Amino acid sequence: MSDKVLMKGNEAIAEAAIIAGCRHYFGYPITPQTEIAAYMAKRMPKIGGCFLQAESEIAAINMVYGVASTGKRVMTSSSSPGISLKGEGLSYLAGADLPSLVINVQRGGPGLGGIQPSQSDYFQATRAGGHGDFKMIVLAPASVQEMAELTVKGFELADKYRMTAMILADGTMGQMMEPVALDALKVNPTVEKPWATVGTKMEREHNIVNSLFLDPAALEQTNFERFERYKTIEETETLYEEYLMDDAEICVAAFGIAARVSKNAIDEARKQGIKVGMIRPITLWPFPTAPFKKAAEHCKAFISVELSMGQMIEDVRLATECKAPVTLCNRVGGMIPSPEQVLASICKAAEQNGGAK
Amino acid sequence: MIVFDKPHALTDAPMHYCPGCTHGIVHRLVAEAIDELGIEGKTIGVAPVGCSVMAYNYFSCDMIEAAHGRAPAVATGVKRADPENHIVFTYQGDGDLASIGMAETVHAAARNENITVIFINNAIYGMTGGQMAPTSLPGQVTQTSPYGRDTNHCGFPIKVCELLSELDGPEYLTRVTVNSVKNIKTAKAAIKKAFQNQIDGKGFSLVEVLSSCPTNWGMTPQKALQWIDEKMIPYYPLGVYKDRSAKEETK
Amino acid sequence: MSTKQFLFSGFGGQGILFAGKFVAYKGLMAGKNVSWLPSYGPEMRGGTASCGVIVGDEAVGSPIVSTPDVLVAMNLPSLDKYESSVAPGGIIFVDSTLVTRPVNRTDVTVYALPATQMASDNGTPTLANMILVGKILEALGEFDEEGVRAALGKVISAKRADMLDVNFNAMKLGANY
Repeated sequence: MSDKVLMKGNEAIAEAAIIAGCRHYFGYPITPQTEIAAYMAKRMPKIGGCFLQAESEIAAINMVYGVASTGKRVMTSSSSPGISLKGEGLSYLAGADLPSLVINVQRGGPGLGGIQPSQSDYFQATRAGGHGDFKMIVLAPASVQEMAELTVKGFELADKYRMTAMILADGTMGQMMEPVALDALKVNPTVEKPWATVGTKMEREHNIVNSLFLDPAALEQTNFERFERYKTIEETETLYEEYLMDDAEICVAAFGIAARVSKNAIDEARKQGIKVGMIRPITLWPFPTAPFKKAAEHCKAFISVELSMGQMIEDVRLATECKAPVTLCNRVGGMIPSPEQVLASICKAAEQNGGAK
Repeated sequence: MIVFDKPHALTDAPMHYCPGCTHGIVHRLVAEAIDELGIEGKTIGVAPVGCSVMAYNYFSCDMIEAAHGRAPAVATGVKRADPENHIVFTYQGDGDLASIGMAETVHAAARNENITVIFINNAIYGMTGGQMAPTSLPGQVTQTSPYGRDTNHCGFPIKVCELLSELDGPEYLTRVTVNSVKNIKTAKAAIKKAFQNQIDGKGFSLVEVLSSCPTNWGMTPQKALQWIDEKMIPYYPLGVYKDRSAKEETK
Repeated sequence: MSTKQFLFSGFGGQGILFAGKFVAYKGLMAGKNVSWLPSYGPEMRGGTASCGVIVGDEAVGSPIVSTPDVLVAMNLPSLDKYESSVAPGGIIFVDSTLVTRPVNRTDVTVYALPATQMASDNGTPTLANMILVGKILEALGEFDEEGVRAALGKVISAKRADMLDVNFNAMKLGANY
């Protein structure tokens, strides 16, 4: 058994990043993720790394852009309002095909909103992190151990596909402590980056990191090529977990903290004889369409449990192709659905779609 | 015998700048400084949005195009990725450096970030076709100040060197121009010093270059160079605004 | 015990989060699954602080403690706020130095210790939290010296090793009350 320590989710992300070889972190204080910056501020100087508190979220993401241009692993972290500010940089990172890891420990919105947990940046993360046609690999941890594992995974995917990977966590995941086995983390060496701007050494033509293409045909071509890469990712990198789905007649869809709450409700519903299971997307993009499509063949109802006004539910509906009703069970603004609320939704779905019990 | 040649640090790509624009001169001065200091192989340039956005095609060193105003933050990342082996410069216009990117400029200076900033002040937004810049002069007619810049309505120009010189951070702040042979020589020396400072680990060095924009000013190139003398220099006096090392040596 | 949910609550500065972390580590070192979730935000600074700890044989689902089996109320606002949420048959521990009213619930077990006074009398005014934790472990039949010392070793940094005995003695004081 590996030695487990209790760590906050935010701290687990920070330490996992260091284990993954990240030596550059730029950030700006915002609750509920500031522990990441504090951890980096303490650790980086001791391991020859660089922690720098930027003057703004905008500056932080552009410092990330600078380090990413040199091919080194780099990250920033923030919470919802700060991620909005980073939107410009996320788009430029995508346009210049630069790898980076960005953490969003979500809080309630819109506007300044609150500081309690939320999942209402799902659309922002999976649809529109910034202007233009682009995607980010979006990873949704549901435990502190996964906060660490997906951080390492995020760096690897970012390098492999030359794009931004985002950890989409929430205030609960960031603040809670759970046992973590850091020595169980496996890190693959970084890939070669011949495109990096590290100086020509007078040995090659100059490298250019750029997202400007004034010729529309050339810009179109870069988009086409980028989306070919996205297609590969959709085919090979989708991650999800199924819970009690073999005989399920009702399927809960939930990620992150919502999945943790839903698990309690599902266990209770099973005790009552309701055949209910859960599909927990781990990658929100690429969304695990296939398991939902398969579930739609035998499930009579789907329930999307979210800390939002209903965002992932659109992907569930698209994936299930309207073969079964999809209802929403939610709380917003920093509130979290209780297991009882989810159980009530499950019971209601069972009644309305007779025979599930 | 070759008596005059293109610096190695410039590529063969034809520049897109308007006739009479001084960007070409400043590009050359930067390239000469890079050549003379023998740093092309370790230099990385950052050119954000503005007329010089395509500078990445003109310099032979590695180049990065950055978002509008963000070059000092990007340069911070590049420099800190490998402080020993990266020589990093930004090449920014007035709208970029003193308007949308003012926060990045001030904070990079305050941190004494060990980078070289080439700041082109031509008192107008060139790339977008001649709008009022943060450095447009009082009364100056532009597309978005068609009746002349009214300081009661939209405030006063920003004097970047004076502003930054109040900070404890920066190493070297100087304002030069390139409207005569004599001034070009001074500008060249300033740019070279700004790179040498970085090599010596001295920190943030900014060279503000008063430049002309004949196209958007609506003048002949020659008249535009005169306008620098007559209008710009009185408002933006040339000279060294900060030179910490020199000051310490004289103490 | 399959799964036990603890809710620690009191003023910021009373060591609420530390007490919870100790109980979580004690569980972890006994091979249990654990989670620890604090309240966070401006309320942490001088206002009420709380943290929910879950210790169980099975993997922890939701880390949110809404129906605690064990409530620790170190001040009156905490008892007012959380008394009604305690699971029937649960246990409430109160610091009777600061909680000036009796517990109203009749379907729970109540332990009232003047922990703040005891801590003060003991010359360790900041350890009322650990006096209460000592009593909790004793009441739950989980006060084994070896396990307690091991868990203390996890929550007290090596630089403050001298505090280990001090904390242990405070816990012992509570356990023996």
